[in-house]
Amino acid sequence: MAERVVTEAHSHVHQHVHAHPHEAGHEHHPGELPRHPGDGHFAGGAAAIEIRHLHFRYPDGLEALKGIDLSIAAGEKVAVVGPNGAGKSTLLLHLNGIHEPTHGTVQVGDAVVDRSTIREVRARVGLVFQDPDDQLFSPTVFEDVAFGPLHMGVAESEIHDRVERALAAVGMAGFERRTPHRMSLGQRKRVALATVLSMDPEVLVFDEPSAGLDPRGRREVIAILRALPQTVLASTHDMRLVADVFPRTIVIDGGLIVADGPSEVILADDELLEAHGLERP
Amino acid sequence: MHAADARLKFLVAVGFILSVSLLPPGSYVALGIAWLGVAGTSIVAHLGPVRPARRALIAAPFLLAALPLVVTRTAEPIGTIVIGSLPITISGEGLRMFTTIALKSWISVQAALVLAFTTPFHELVDALRQLRLPPIMVAIIGFMYRYLGVLAGEATRMSRARAARSAAPRGGAGGRSVAWRARVTGAMVGTLFLRSYERSERIYAAMQARGFQGEFRHLHARALRAPEIALLAGTALLLAAYVVVAVAWLPHG
Repeated sequence: MAERVVTEAHSHVHQHVHAHPHEAGHEHHPGELPRHPGDGHFAGGAAAIEIRHLHFRYPDGLEALKGIDLSIAAGEKVAVVGPNGAGKSTLLLHLNGIHEPTHGTVQVGDAVVDRSTIREVRARVGLVFQDPDDQLFSPTVFEDVAFGPLHMGVAESEIHDRVERALAAVGMAGFERRTPHRMSLGQRKRVALATVLSMDPEVLVFDEPSAGLDPRGRREVIAILRALPQTVLASTHDMRLVADVFPRTIVIDGGLIVADGPSEVILADDELLEAHGLERP
Repeated sequence: MHAADARLKFLVAVGFILSVSLLPPGSYVALGIAWLGVAGTSIVAHLGPVRPARRALIAAPFLLAALPLVVTRTAEPIGTIVIGSLPITISGEGLRMFTTIALKSWISVQAALVLAFTTPFHELVDALRQLRLPPIMVAIIGFMYRYLGVLAGEATRMSRARAARSAAPRGGAGGRSVAWRARVTGAMVGTLFLRSYERSERIYAAMQARGFQGEFRHLHARALRAPEIALLAGTALLLAAYVVVAVAWLPHG
């Protein structure tokens, strides 16, 4: 069952990519970009992310990933779904070099993730954690959004400008001097996104972007996700979010990719969803 | 007042507290002048003279440490109280030292409060860093400020969850022995610690993900302007003159 979806998916996705050859140049800044509702495919040529035979074992012996093969084109928006403990978060942490593969390789653009490329990779991949209280650790919003660019070595003269643009892109302009603990969860989630947008990444990786949000906060996050020009990879349990934002879906269970294809195909496959503890939107 | 550079305000407050602490025992006139200074600053800052004075009483319990001076000094005996069969002599010198310490601490805490009321906390943290306090200390203060609320929230949710399950049978007493309750509380504190520990690992991952390599970087602060440096120099001179006058001419002793 799952096998059929995988094969069908790959051909579909690649056709789709070549049918819409946009340039996803990252000199654009996020605030000014036009929206592409429901369509995340702008091929930038080379794959943005290339994962080969990725295995990962935690120090306590738990084998969280058992051979992941995955290729994501530049500009694609991909949802990663699966039950708790399937390995979604573990996979995402590899894209930024927080975890090192036990076997296999992770490649971001033309850089294979290892110690020598880690700084470059972290500048290219923005990781947005599930709990904004983990992501926002500075006394003020400004310091948090400036943290990435500062530690990447961006010139000081450019930093104010980057912070301003990143906050504007998530609709949080004017919150620079505010303290995160006085803000709503939706606001904190958006600032958390701004903290990586200010690094001007090519790839954005989200862990549960809509978890815990009220309907308004959720709508705001959906609008932002759809408008993002970057390659986006997000783990989620929110199947309506998948249907609204992500053209491609990957189902992970037990550390393996069990299905990979267009979201409309996967979300319509009751048998597949049932087998992996998921549900229709 | 509120808009002034936090470094200036911090240095002036520390200089003031240092000057007050240098006054000899019994310098009541000089202490009165110092209090007028604090109260005046407080009025200029739209806080009114009373608010810092009242809030500064929070430090009063620490005065207990100085209280034994009244009875351990021997000079200038005022009188003797007999408690049980133990005669306790109250010393005039000890009383004067105690009163001076009490006034000094009260005035110093007021100065610190005026600083705190007029300066957002994050600006104070920045000021400490810019004044070259060890970066690790400043980082700890910053994290504490950021996560105190988060931790308090977690603790509140945990005690609420406990309260929700702390039912008592109708007519009967709920709960069990004090030791049992202590064990429940201990377990809650432990859980809170473990959660914070796990959070610290996630925060560190979030820092690494944004390029943190073990060294904090910050935007360079603007240099202090000439008028600000002049103000600092003037304040330093004024405070030095105040201490000299208080020791040489104003009554004390």
